[in-house]
Amino acid sequence: MAPGTFLFEAWQARQSLLSGLGVTMLSSALSIVMATVLGIAMGVVLTFGWWWLRLLARLYVDVMRGLPLLVLILFTYYGLALFGINVPAFWAGVIALGAFATAHVAENFRGAVQSVPAGQMEAAKAIGLTFGKRLTHVILPQAVRRMLPPWVNTALEIVKGTTLLSIIGVVELLLSAQQAMARNYMIIDFYLLTAALYVAINFTLAQLGATLERRYSYLRY
Amino acid sequence: MIDYHFDWSVIARNSGKLGDALLLGLWLAVVSLLIGCVIGLLAAYARVSGKKWLSAPVWAYVEFIRCTPLLLLIFFLYFGLPEFDISFLDKTQSFVLSLSLYAGAYMCEVFRAGLASIPKQYVEAAKAIGMRPWQRQVYVVLPVMFRITLPSIGNNLISLFKDTSLAAAIAVPELTFTARQINANTFRVMEVWLTASALYLASAYLIAMVLRLLERRYASIR
Repeated sequence: MAPGTFLFEAWQARQSLLSGLGVTMLSSALSIVMATVLGIAMGVVLTFGWWWLRLLARLYVDVMRGLPLLVLILFTYYGLALFGINVPAFWAGVIALGAFATAHVAENFRGAVQSVPAGQMEAAKAIGLTFGKRLTHVILPQAVRRMLPPWVNTALEIVKGTTLLSIIGVVELLLSAQQAMARNYMIIDFYLLTAALYVAINFTLAQLGATLERRYSYLRY
Repeated sequence: MIDYHFDWSVIARNSGKLGDALLLGLWLAVVSLLIGCVIGLLAAYARVSGKKWLSAPVWAYVEFIRCTPLLLLIFFLYFGLPEFDISFLDKTQSFVLSLSLYAGAYMCEVFRAGLASIPKQYVEAAKAIGMRPWQRQVYVVLPVMFRITLPSIGNNLISLFKDTSLAAAIAVPELTFTARQINANTFRVMEVWLTASALYLASAYLIAMVLRLLERRYASIR
């Protein structure tokens, strides 16, 4: 491998590319976990909360879904600093991504819960289950299966959304590739390599999601 | 709490710039959606054609675009195309090209679902009254499909409008870029980003409302 060939340059840049890939995966994973936990909680509020709590949650969801992710990330990054919260760019990005995806998961969850037939809830009430038990034993197991496909879509959006962190200076996969390009000017090769890595991650995730769906495809009545 | 004094005069001073930026974003989204619809329609017909050599490349295109971040596509076309001596595109045109290709993949899926959801009897009836293949498509399949897919097209328009914010990365002066610029010049962080957010939200809602009116007018088949 002579210097100047693509393979050589890619091998030279392997450390930064791999660490970029790591940052991409870590930020995606953190955001997805955060969004799933908070999103399901907010979804419960959206469906079963008191009216004023529901209104607040609805406001949050609608605002988050109406804003571009990039604006959210920039706002978080510059805005948090104003409050004297000195977060690194990585965490500002994860918070913004997580907050964005929380709204999407909440909305998916609400849709899933409302697609569970009302009879299920009524039957659970009739046999005297408390609200917590109705939720955990009757509604959630059915709703989670139904929200699996949109949840996988949200996860893919997050992985793709982590590229926006490069704009606030987080050296994730895209930015590390661009740094390599700045050294060797092999623009086409490195963008294609990066694209191939993203496709590999997302395609795997999508296939994983499809497998899970087949395995846990929702119950039919 | 922090000691932050709001000074909205910075927004008033730059309102013209922000308005132009917002209109540019809307225009970018609409143009990309239109080109994306054309790409998507052709791609959807290729997908349902039943010919492997037509549907396989389209499948690859759709999956590739859906699994690749839009920002990567924007950079790739903006920085990569000149390597192939395609340098007549300015940054706005290059962005429209990226967004159109991106929209095309999503519209392909929308139209494919739309084509699949048209009752077979419609086409059979059109055959029975002696319509030619292209007449069947133009007078029967497409109008019905348009009505079925209208809500999805609308959703795509809104998400494309939000995606125009990525044009800031290649310095197209749309809303996010302008907001960043004003922010950098004046450092009125809160005012600038609150205004930009409000503008995005208001526009998204406005689009959604117009679309709901359109849907009420066209979506149902009586």
